[in-house]
Amino acid sequence: MSTLKLNVNGAEVTLDADPEMPLLWALRDLLKLTGTKYGCGEAQCGACTVHLDGQAVRSCVTPLRRAVGHQVTTIEGLAADASHPLQKAWIELGVPQCGFCQAGQLMSAAALLAETPQPTREEIDRALAGNLCRCGTYTRIRDAILHAAGIR
Amino acid sequence: MRWALVLLLAACAAARVSLPVPERAPPPGTPLADPSSFTIAEPEARAQALFLEASKVMLHERCTNCHPAGDAPRQRRAELHEPPVDRAFACDTCHQDRNLEHARVPGAPDWQLAPRKMAWEGLTPAQLCAQLKDETRNGNRSLASIVEHASHDRLIAWGWAPGADREPAPGTQASYGALMDAWVKAGAACPR
Repeated sequence: MSTLKLNVNGAEVTLDADPEMPLLWALRDLLKLTGTKYGCGEAQCGACTVHLDGQAVRSCVTPLRRAVGHQVTTIEGLAADASHPLQKAWIELGVPQCGFCQAGQLMSAAALLAETPQPTREEIDRALAGNLCRCGTYTRIRDAILHAAGIR
Repeated sequence: MRWALVLLLAACAAARVSLPVPERAPPPGTPLADPSSFTIAEPEARAQALFLEASKVMLHERCTNCHPAGDAPRQRRAELHEPPVDRAFACDTCHQDRNLEHARVPGAPDWQLAPRKMAWEGLTPAQLCAQLKDETRNGNRSLASIVEHASHDRLIAWGWAPGADREPAPGTQASYGALMDAWVKAGAACPR
């Protein structure tokens, strides 16, 4: 166990944890930020996607030590009041079905828009290719991203 | 079988115990000849033979999977990368600085895809050799720095410690580096 300091959703946090613990476990079990979901545990589904210094990462395979001294953003920190353009578009277009994958989808989409504010449909498909949705909401996800980007 | 696995996982979760790392014996790597075994008197022919031997490493899937001819990396035995990604995707979204045995996600320091101009997938040893000696396609490396790179680079080292059930590259990094060194010292001729 080690004392580890990182910034989560704008707040400095100190954790007494194994540096090899997956970041996802620290977020869910230690910090009780349960918006980020456990899907496959092997970076195959994208449900656990969070931002590390703005970059989308799969928190289920990211060791906690990699986040030390860095800025972690989870779905809870995307916007304090669900006012992120993507969240608004998600609600407006009724994107989720069961909802389990949606936090990861939103975080991947947010990382894409931060880097590419006006993405093409192909860029959206490529950026979110690693985020699976077993309900098949892909077309609504793509539409909502285009909507949030002001493209449609 | 599937239900037995589900029950085992449930039992482990309830008891809060860790699952053991799955034991998967990797297939043995193929050997690589030692430079001293190349007793060819004529330097050009000796250099060509040394490169042919070293090319067994560079043209092995452990290397070509991340030196792809297209824009997507490959995995395992040259299969398409899963999940589907291309060059625009940051490798460290998933890959870490070491192998993850439970998740079986491979990792090493500086994990990255080779630039397209350094593609090795599908090359013959002669084409590979010509590319390797071309500073516009080798990262502006001298022959000496290629030997150093081959012998000590941390990402290249992963090829012999790929984790899970991946077959390692032939030989060892030391024997590969020795072959490359001997090739350069013999004049660095390319096979035809």
